[in-house]
Amino acid sequence: MISTTAKKQIDNWIAKYPTDRKSSAVMEALKIVQAENENSLTPEAIQAVADYLDMPGISVAEVATFYENYNHRPVGKHTIRFCHNISCMLNGSDDLIAHLEKKLGVKTGEVTKDGLINVKKVECLGACVGAPMFQIGDQYYENLTADKIDEIVDGLK
Amino acid sequence: MNEVCFKTLDQKDPWSLKTYEANGGYSVWRKILKGEFTPEQIIDELKTSGLRGRGGAGFPTGLKWSFMPRNADMQKYVVCNSDEGEPGTCKDRDILRYNPHSVIEGMAIGGFVMNATKGYNYIRGEFMEPFYRFEGALKEAYAEGLLGENLYDSSVSFDLYTHLGAGAYICGEETALLESLEGKKGQPRFKPPFPANVGLFGMPTTINNTESFASVPDILAKGGQWFADIGVENSGGCKLFSVTGHVNEPANFEVPMGTSFKDLLEMAGGVREGHTLKAVIPGGSSTPVLTAEAAMAMTMDYDGIEKAGSMLGAGSVIIMDDSTCMVETLTRLAHFYYDESCGQCTPCREGTGWLYRVLKRIMDGNGKADDIDLLMGVQDKIMGNTICALGDAAAMPVESFLRNFRKEFEYYIEHGKSMVKG
Ligand SMILES: Cc1cc2nc3c(=O)[nH]c(=O)nc-3n(C[C@H](O)[C@H](O)[C@H](O)COP(=O)(O)O)c2cc1C
Ligand code: SF4
Ligand code: FES
Repeated sequence: MISTTAKKQIDNWIAKYPTDRKSSAVMEALKIVQAENENSLTPEAIQAVADYLDMPGISVAEVATFYENYNHRPVGKHTIRFCHNISCMLNGSDDLIAHLEKKLGVKTGEVTKDGLINVKKVECLGACVGAPMFQIGDQYYENLTADKIDEIVDGLK
Repeated sequence: MNEVCFKTLDQKDPWSLKTYEANGGYSVWRKILKGEFTPEQIIDELKTSGLRGRGGAGFPTGLKWSFMPRNADMQKYVVCNSDEGEPGTCKDRDILRYNPHSVIEGMAIGGFVMNATKGYNYIRGEFMEPFYRFEGALKEAYAEGLLGENLYDSSVSFDLYTHLGAGAYICGEETALLESLEGKKGQPRFKPPFPANVGLFGMPTTINNTESFASVPDILAKGGQWFADIGVENSGGCKLFSVTGHVNEPANFEVPMGTSFKDLLEMAGGVREGHTLKAVIPGGSSTPVLTAEAAMAMTMDYDGIEKAGSMLGAGSVIIMDDSTCMVETLTRLAHFYYDESCGQCTPCREGTGWLYRVLKRIMDGNGKADDIDLLMGVQDKIMGNTICALGDAAAMPVESFLRNFRKEFEYYIEHGKSMVKG
């Protein structure tokens, strides 16, 4: 269930904590396994992480459901995480989210038919001076306009 | 401007060890390794500097460091809070991106003072660019022998690691952060015991904000008095303010404490053409909103902002002009707290849901005449009755929005539409 490469990555995290505190690596382990499984976590994946870290399955499931960045349903290849909190809202995020939904033909929470993209409204991403903004993968895109959004989204493969 | 945390901002590769050292970086740490500083001296300088925690609560950093049982015979920890999630706040991200070594040096100094040989920087999971920058800086510092064991053959050791969050505002609360670092749900702990006694992995731990740590090296290099003199009474030094919302040039500004709000607004290019200032949230979404009038008379320091009726918080100044519907804005904030409540305490879990649902029904045109009283009642029941300060943070905006802009709420309830947007 967990590839050798993923195990290596998880081991790098485990090494940061005291030897009897492997479970501190659970958040990253879940992310690494999620990335290998089309960006979502199945019960089997959660159990695999639990086994690898010698944790009870339920403890890992608690973590996997508490934090925002784990998915438990299929999502697109790219998730556009659009901030709709205060500074972004004041700078027009609602209109831009509507624009994006229309362009993609999906509502927030749905995945495009080709499985490529889904849009999620998220809370402040700590880039408010660049509002309105969204995140795709590791990257932030700031000072968005409708044109800029079109260009970014058209470039997603 | 930009004298401490943003000192290297305009230079080439501001984040590099080379640039940091060219600006006096690691001079304090090197002195410590040569035995030229004692922990007591450092605590005294920090107390003189008037540095108060930049994460929101404003607790004096020197005093906090003095609480650690430095002679206790057990592993102790220093933890940096880079979870930055308070809506309107985006300063720590830039410290991590542009001056990561100041955080490393500040944490290392903290480790020395508190006899803690290990540190973690908890970075919010979305901050991948800052994370890689910080990791890069760690690598440089290790390669230079500035981190590790028995540094430069001294008895001083300090190892520093990063930890990434996974999307939960509550993990910015320091004990939730510790839970999260232990690989659990981020639910705040009951206090006491305080982290200085029972913290990470059950060991004595001190948690400070990114900006607090980043301010420490310069304070010790130039003296506590130097820092204190930059600011005003009760608010030493300079502070990063994130000015966002309806301004022409939103940005982070590092300015002396006591700078007038008016000047700060001007630095951010003022409000947009054709609009006037309506309201200001001076310290992040959890701090009370102010009217334009109150804001324009305010100075940006702990006492000045308190006098105006709010709090400095994390220094996140959210500007709203006359196009802003206050009902909509408060509803958005209420949704945020409802979403982010960890669910441990009933007043917060249920109360934030109530606040959001009542506001939502007003927004949907189904508000009732006594909804304002209902909202006031609910926020009052949350206030002061919860394990952590998220409860208060959810209540305070409600109280202040209703107090300062009550008419707009009444109008919305009566007409089923916004007084501002129609
Ligand atoms: C709900 C909540 C969220 C918080 N978020 C943060 C945060 O993102 N960053 C931070 O430094 N402090 C945050 N704090 C404050 C921390 O609990 C803590 O006071 C702070 O990190 C201490 O560091 P300081 O003394 O240097 O400010 C938050 C507090 C609460 C109640
Ligand atoms: S106040 Fe809210 S967020 Fe804080 S511990 Fe209680 S339920 Fe959790
Ligand atoms: S409000 Fe959108 S990034 Fe902060």
